[in-house]
Parts: sequence; structure tokens; C-alpha cells
Amino acid sequence: MKLVFEKSAAGRRGLRIPKSDVPTSIHLKKEYLRAQPAALPELSELDVVRHFTELSRRNYGVDTNFYPLGSCTMKYNPKVCERIASYPGFAHLHPLLPQLRGGGMLTQGALEVLYETDLMLREICGMAAFTMQPMAGAHGELTGIMMMAAYHRDRGNHKTTVLVPDSAHGTNPASAAIAGYTVKTVPSDEHGCMSLSALKAMLNEETAGIMLTCPNTLGLFNPHVKEICELVHSVDGLAYYDGANLNAIVGKVRPGDLGFDIVHVNLHKTFATPHGGGGPGAGPVGVVEKLVDYLPVSVVVKREDGTYALEYNRPKSIGYIAPFYGNFGVILRAYVYLLMLGREGLERVAENAVLNANYIKEKLKPYYDLPHPGICKHECVLSAARQVKESGTYALDIAKALIDAGFHPPTMYFPTIVKESLMIEPTECESRETLDAFIEAMIAIAQKARTEPETLKAAPVTTPVGRLDETKAARELNIACL
Amino acid sequence: MPYISHTDQQRAQMLAEIGLKPEDLFSDIPPSLRCRPLNLPEGLSEQEVRSRLAAIASKNYIHLTCFLGGGFYDHFIPAAVYALTSRSEFYTAYTPYQPEVSQGTLQAIYEFQSVICRLTEMEASNASLYDGGTALYEAMMMALRLTRRNKVLVDDSVNPIYRVMLHSYTRNLKIELTETENAGGLANREAIRRALDEQTAAVIVQNPNFFGCIDDFTDLAEAAHSKGALLIVSCYPISLGILKAPGAMGADIVTGEGQSLGLPMSFGGPYLGFMATRKEYVRQMPGRIVGQTTDAQGRRGFVLTLQAREQHIRRDKATSNICSNEALCALTALVYLCLLGKEGLRETAQLCADKASYAYQRLTAIPGVRPHFPAQWFFNEMVLDLPCEAAEAAAKLIERGYAAGFPLSRYYKGMNNSLLIAVTEKRTKQEIGMLAEELEAIL
Ligand SMILES: Cc1ncc(COP(=O)(O)O)c(C=O)c1O
Repeated sequence: MKLVFEKSAAGRRGLRIPKSDVPTSIHLKKEYLRAQPAALPELSELDVVRHFTELSRRNYGVDTNFYPLGSCTMKYNPKVCERIASYPGFAHLHPLLPQLRGGGMLTQGALEVLYETDLMLREICGMAAFTMQPMAGAHGELTGIMMMAAYHRDRGNHKTTVLVPDSAHGTNPASAAIAGYTVKTVPSDEHGCMSLSALKAMLNEETAGIMLTCPNTLGLFNPHVKEICELVHSVDGLAYYDGANLNAIVGKVRPGDLGFDIVHVNLHKTFATPHGGGGPGAGPVGVVEKLVDYLPVSVVVKREDGTYALEYNRPKSIGYIAPFYGNFGVILRAYVYLLMLGREGLERVAENAVLNANYIKEKLKPYYDLPHPGICKHECVLSAARQVKESGTYALDIAKALIDAGFHPPTMYFPTIVKESLMIEPTECESRETLDAFIEAMIAIAQKARTEPETLKAAPVTTPVGRLDETKAARELNIACL
Repeated sequence: MPYISHTDQQRAQMLAEIGLKPEDLFSDIPPSLRCRPLNLPEGLSEQEVRSRLAAIASKNYIHLTCFLGGGFYDHFIPAAVYALTSRSEFYTAYTPYQPEVSQGTLQAIYEFQSVICRLTEMEASNASLYDGGTALYEAMMMALRLTRRNKVLVDDSVNPIYRVMLHSYTRNLKIELTETENAGGLANREAIRRALDEQTAAVIVQNPNFFGCIDDFTDLAEAAHSKGALLIVSCYPISLGILKAPGAMGADIVTGEGQSLGLPMSFGGPYLGFMATRKEYVRQMPGRIVGQTTDAQGRRGFVLTLQAREQHIRRDKATSNICSNEALCALTALVYLCLLGKEGLRETAQLCADKASYAYQRLTAIPGVRPHFPAQWFFNEMVLDLPCEAAEAAAKLIERGYAAGFPLSRYYKGMNNSLLIAVTEKRTKQEIGMLAEELEAIL
């Protein structure tokens, strides 16, 4: 397929710009102007529409078919959320308006959405207050670690290290490091959970805190999680909950009840906002009472007369981590989702997500290695180690063969502590028929790995391009058409 | 139950087939760790939720004629932008980890990187960052890594919101972040040259700056380079329709807020951070990067590349912690720029400048209203001094239906009477004339 630049023809126009109704300005000083207009493509509107329609057909989304990408919670994104986000009362609101005198009264609806979503997240997570500002999970992590640092600074603690399990998502160590901490990795035990003895040996006065995903990235709930939080508290450390896997326990367990002090949730996972091919997301962060003063400014408050306002005067705040109030359009979608599900709907989420993951796990257990048997939560991690040994078929080959069967592959090669891992997260939204079709495809692939492994190596063959040469991409770097 | 397809019967069957009872599913969680039933309202139907949210939306007043800017602008958005970006093959996809089924997203990001390079006249760009402020923070961190130094200079003509963000993010790091005070509305050459030394990693400036003034940083790029420091320029992409690109001034890293490229104001987000740099610095760039390659049959395709920079590989040694970015917003900006095209963007930028210039003439003709920086050239935003407190005047104009601008007293000492007024191509001659009349009436 051609690049949009290759479709350009000099002089072609896609949009008529209105005629100026004002006298032409005094001409700007020449040295301030660019020599030539930027080399943007020149296309008609139909050219543009065809180009992007064709691109969209080369993409696979949740609306296309099953998307069991582990750790990413690719659930259905309700259409009503999109509709409401486009209401002019939300879409056309300027973010500086509430900073004008009297402007706050003109944005009461938006402030209400932020405040009410905060209240619901507090209840769901067992936290005292949330900031809605972080624009993704990783941004939430950084915000949380900055609050951790502010807490220790305030108490005169000299803390230097943050602990993360070896199964942690890469953003956890990265966030702790860019916030100025040294990261130490705690190994997992034979059950796939953080080793308590290793943790005890690593904890000391320098420990600022720990970052945990629960259930972890193997889909396992650590029964000792409360004990871990208590151990960390015993050295005046703080416990951070990475909420990427909240879908497994929402309505069943609250991170706050487990002893966590800081929590981020990925609205683009558990709360059904679309992932947009990479973003935007939102990663609101909740904290316990003792950390509320450190939340970033501004904070939305409800006044006695029932109106909402933005509070900026918070001396202990870590300051500004975003220009405004977060990815408002994303938060709004999550608010709509929460209103639609309500209490009961939210409980059904975890129940069905966990049922679906266990159903897949049990049905595929005879065909693939399952390093951590037993009940899993919202996702299960299989291994292709057997297929590698028997026929040289790798997790990658299985993933690509799934594409030809019409499915998006699971997450592969993460978590890294399982060799040849395939991390499958079905979500609660999928029907039994879809799960059965996926299971059938996985079984057929396992059989093919034995009988005709070379066909798997050739996959995918049904896509516009086959496997791409990643080494060449990095070596002959071409990242822009100039 | 919304968005769950199993019937009770199917659920029972599935459990039976895998030999489990319903209570087994959460049997791995000690009962003492389970929570009480959540105190949340009952669920609503779509019909109910839409009328509830329509009522909430109506509590937002969006009928003010908008002269508010400050880095976030009310530009026109062609209908085709939303028609294309709302295709669910784009918006219900995840990060393109599986390139064969993600060529749509990947090629779009490659094209986005290309248009950002063409706009800024730089060589390399990434797949997006959260917003203009975090993009500037990432650029600063990148410069610190590239130079292995620890001092950063930022002029106070850079967006004050971004500056406070830089301060927040560096609170726990051993970095010396120094602000210089603008000189008559432009970046303060003298102060910057004085402060530049062998420990300076970067000089951060903005064009047009927060006051709307246009600058040319060619001299600052030379000054920075002569000390081994980098020049970081934050810019407003619409202005690049006519203004000299940061790349042509010698900038090393260019960042900006892409909201003006087809994204609704949406009360502050989702927006779009972009970044561009020189090719030699690309290995220190944060975030996803898409590169072109081929498959075994020689067909062109696109993949995520240089991933060894990223958190999922490099963990605590990564160039950034960013994972999810603003891909759909990048797609939006790309579609917008393709619709406008080369001439359309130039004309749009020219219209903004012309209308702002007309507004300047009309408003400064009001007795007592004067430009704060009379010697400077501006693009589509200007600081005017009123004969009264600007916040007070802005409040009065709201009552008359105008978001007349942003009072600068919030961020700049001694600028109590200064109002920052933005004019986009959407404002008509009549609206500008009415603003002038209303302003004159309240003074
Ligand atoms: C376990 C875990 N933590 C953190 C993140 C980062 O979240 P985000 O992509 O929203 O920054 C992810 C995302 O994949 C994740 O799976």
C-alpha cells in the first residue's frame, strides 16, 4: 500500500479554507517566516478518506474479533461511551475556563464527572482520594512514586530503593528509576508469587516502598499480599498497587483492604475505555489518608452548597504532573461505563473474567505446558516449551498461526519468568462460542506443531504482509519519509 | 447484564466442564481479604445514562465566544477527521505488538512521524507522548542523558504550566533547573548566555512563546552549542504553517502540544505530545518509534523499532517509563494535516495571524488598552494591558458572552492588568468587533 505522501499531487486540495473577512495583516518580518510551506501531502478529501479507510482495514481491533492480549484487558468498548464523549458540552469545553474568575460555575458538569468518578474509584479500591490527572498507567506509577518520595522527604526518611518482583511489568522499575530511586528485583518462589523470604532479606531502612501487581502478571493472586504490605510498612515503606490487573478482583477485593497505600487503575483496561491503537488511556491514582496532602494540584472538591471547585492551595502537593485535569474524555467514558454497570454489574465483571480464563486454561492444559497449575484469575500463562522441544515451534509461531485462524494473538514472551510464554486474557465480554472457537484453533495449532510444523513457520499468510524483518528495521533505520 | 454474553446456564455448563464450582473461582483468595459489597448505585440503562449525561453536559457552558488560548486553541475541525478516527478498527486496537494485524496503526504512526518531521524540519520523531508538557519534560530528560550534565535553563516565556511541571518532575533528582526572566517578551539572551556553562545540558524556549511573541532562536542554538548544550524548542504546530521551523533555527529537540491539530478541547484531554530530534539522538528518544521494513516477499511493512530503549526490555535503564501513549490523537493530527494539506495549513496559519492582527488593531484602538510588548511581533496571541485588573475585566466579559482571554496575574508577578488574547481562524470579523465593543463598554 502506498504512503499518503506517494498519493500527493501538487495543487490538489482537501479542504477549502474560508475567505478572510479581515484586511490582510502587516506582513510578518521575513526572518520569522519559513522559506517554503511544510511539505504536507496534497490530496482531495476523498483521497484522504480512502487512504485511512484502507489503513483501518489493515488493522485488528476488539470489534473485529477476539483479542486475548494478556495484561491489556481488551474488553468491549461500549458505543454509548463514545457517543457521550462527543456531546458538545464536554468536547468543546476549554480547560482554562475554570481558572477564570466566575469560570468554575461554567464547568460544573465537567467537575462533577471528575468528582463522581473519583468517589466511585475510592469505593472500588478502598482509597481515601484519587487524582484523575495521570494520562496512562505508567504516568500514574510515576505520580505515585513522586508522592512516595514526598512522604519520605516530609518524614525525614532517607530512602533510596524501590522493590519490584521479577514478574513486574517493565513500567514499574522504569517509573521508580526515573523518579530517582534505585530498583531492586525480588525473585518469585516456585508458586509464581513473590518469595517472602527473599523479600524479608531485601527489606531494610533504605526501602522506600514496593510495587506490586495483584493478581500478578502470571494471573496468580498472592495469598500473602497483606503480609507483604505489613512487612514493607514495618520499615516505614509504602506499598504501591499497580492496578493493571484490577479486572480480576474488582468488586471482590479492594487494594486498600490489603494494605496498599497507593493505587493506580488503568481506565483503558478495567473500565472499558478504548485503547486507540496505543492510547490515549488514563491512570488515576488513589492514596490512603496519610498521603492525601501530597496529591498533585489541582484537586476537585465539592463545596457545602453542592457546587464543585478546583483547589490549588495545597502546600504539601507534589505539584503539577499534567497541564489540567487529566484525559478528561477518557475519564468521562469510564464514568459512563461505571454508571451503566453499577454495583452488581461490576461484580459480574470479575466473576466472568475469571471463569473465562480458567475455562481456557483447563481446556488447553492437555495441549500446552502450564507452569503454574491451579486457579488463575483473569488471565492464564501457558508455555510453548513443549512445542519448542518437540518440533522447534516457538510461542511466536503459535501466535502467528492464530492470526491465520482469525484471532489476535495473546501476549508473548511476557512475563519473562516463564519461557516461551503465551499470556491469555479473555475478559468477561466474550461468549462461550468465541472461547470455544479460540480453544479449537489453539488445539489445532498444537497438533500442527507435531504433524506439519513448517506450516506454522510460514504463518501468517492471510495478512497484507507476512512476518516482517525487525532486524532490518533497526539496522537500516527508516522512521520518517522526509 | 451489560456487556456479558454468558447465560446462567452456559456459565454452569462451563464450570461443570472444567470441574469447578462457582465458589472455586475465588477460592485462592483468603476469605479475610475479600471486601464487603461495594456501595455503588444500581446500574443504568443506556437510555437513562444518556439523559443523565446530557443533563450534566448542559451544566457546562460552551457558548462563550472563545479568545482563550494559552497553548490550547479553538480551531476548526473538518468532519472527515472524526469520521475516520472513529473507525473502530483503529480505536479498539491495542499498541501494535503484532505488526501483521496492525499495519493500519503502524503505517499511520510512520506517516505521523513523517509529518511531524516535515513540520518541524527535524529528522526523527516518535509515535507520540502524553501531552505538550510531558513531552517537554521528556525532552529535558533526554538532553540530560545525552550530555551527561545536570543543569537546565528555561526561559519564563515558556508556558508557565509546563514550567511548573518541569519543577515537579525534577523534585527528587539531582538537577539544577534555573529560570531566566524574559527580556521584553522574548527569551532573555543576556541572562541565558550568562548562565550557560560547561554543566548546562539544555536551554528550553518556546515559539511563539506564552505571550504569543515570535522569536528566532538561531543565535541561542549557536550559544548553546558553543557550550556543548542542546536547544529544546516547544512549539505550536499550527504556527508552523507560516513560521520558521525550529529545525531551521538549529534546535536539537522539538516538542509541542498537538491539540490544535484536529483535537477537541475536551476540558484538557486527551491531547497529544509530540517530539522530534536529530537522527543521531534517536537512541535516546523516549516512547514508541515505528520503522519501515519488508517481509520475506519484499513487501513494505512497518514495525515498532529500536525497542531496546524501552521499559519492557530495558526496565529501570529505559529512556522513559512511557508505555501507552496518545496514538489515536496522533492519528487524528495526521488525518487533519492530510486534509488541510500543504496550502491549507499555510492558509489556516495566515488566517490566524491576520485575524489576530485585526483584533490587535481593534482592541488597541480602545482608550487605555495598550500592547504589553509593543516591540514584538506576534502570531495569533497577544498580551494587552487594560486600564483595570484583567481578571476583573475577563469576569465581566464572561457575563457578556466572551471568554476574552487569560489574565496573566495567575502566573506573572506585576502583570495584573495583562490579558492574553488568542484569535483562531474560527473567529469572525464581527465577533472580534463585538469583543472590542464589549471590552470598551466595561472599561
Ligand atoms: C501490569 C502492567 N503495569 C503497567 C502497565 C502500564 O500501563 P500503561 O500502558 O497504561 O502506561 C501495563 C500495561 O500494559 C501493565 O500490563
